[in-house]
Amino acid sequence: MSAIVIFGWAITSAQIMLGMAMCCATYRLVVGPRAQDRILGLDTLYVNAMLMLVTFGIRTGSSLYFEAALIIGLLGFVATVALAKFLMRGEVIE
Amino acid sequence: MSAAANLPAWAALLTAVLVLVGAAVTLIGSLGLLRLGNFYARVHAPTLGTTAGMASILAGSALCFSLLEARPVVHEILIAVFVTLTTPVTLMLLVRAALYRDRTEGSRDVPAAEAAEELTPRR
Amino acid sequence: MSWLLPYPLLSAVLLVLWLLLNQSMSPGHLMLGSVLAVLASWAMAALRPEKPRIRRPGAALRLLGMVVTDILRSNLAVGQIILRSREPGMNAGFMTIPLDLRDRHGLAVLSIIITSTPGTIWVNYDAAKGTLLLHVLDLVDETVWIRTIKDRYERRLMEIFE
Repeated sequence: MSAIVIFGWAITSAQIMLGMAMCCATYRLVVGPRAQDRILGLDTLYVNAMLMLVTFGIRTGSSLYFEAALIIGLLGFVATVALAKFLMRGEVIE
Repeated sequence: MSAAANLPAWAALLTAVLVLVGAAVTLIGSLGLLRLGNFYARVHAPTLGTTAGMASILAGSALCFSLLEARPVVHEILIAVFVTLTTPVTLMLLVRAALYRDRTEGSRDVPAAEAAEELTPRR
Repeated sequence: MSWLLPYPLLSAVLLVLWLLLNQSMSPGHLMLGSVLAVLASWAMAALRPEKPRIRRPGAALRLLGMVVTDILRSNLAVGQIILRSREPGMNAGFMTIPLDLRDRHGLAVLSIIITSTPGTIWVNYDAAKGTLLLHVLDLVDETVWIRTIKDRYERRLMEIFE
């Protein structure tokens, strides 16, 4: 019984820590100061959200969250690459 | 807590430790985003979450599901492989874009495009 | 046989990926995955990439083990810099390293190793001069980093790929 209680508390506190990590990334996303800082914050936010989904999967014991985590990981990559490319090309056109 | 009830005690504790360690490492990496001074130093911070943090949490997940479903569940390796291969690409592109922007603005803190080889380290 | 499987390693990896994604070893998935893997390797052959030659698989495994321990150690180092240092990131800076490695696949692997290790980021490689521009978080002594990258990674990658 006690192992289950410890497990529950550990997963909850891990989710709180990941939530705080997402807040840090969101701060960087909102405050900046420059465009590249915002994109870096967004990339970190994606990775943290992916890890958060994996912990949700462990908590509920359902493998449904795994697919969502995989998709978030891939979407984050594509989004960040596109934004970084835009950062270079947008300036050339200006 | 429907998942933990079917786990043996040692596996529940080991999963708990792995997930906690991974979350703590990820949190430290994201704190680096707040604490580090300039953009080029901040780029180093998220790599903590994408290496040790991710590996630890995924190992906990693989252990938990392997015991729950009584067969080896290793599809977490897919996430690990994708993230390990894609994070360097995004970070390199981002640093290059930032370097390009700083160079076009004439910033003195970044190495110039042609004189990169006789560069003295910036402190 | 080579017309059927121009890139056997790529096909094998794709088949494993398919089986892992579907989480099944049933004959149907084995067959569908094999067909997809062979079709994908034909598509790859149409692009005609340079074929990598891996000379020593044993050396590659040793390199992998070394990279994993290095990543763990620099995780600790960067974590301490972030938490302990009063003004973190004050030692960060750019540095250049002359490289002897010329093989494109070796350079690609080296870039992944350097960037995914916390504390170092590959910024730019100048193919004409053979120099590499890096950004390092804890740049106290430049020669230590040059020695680390040249002795630990570059020499082994040259053994494997050249």
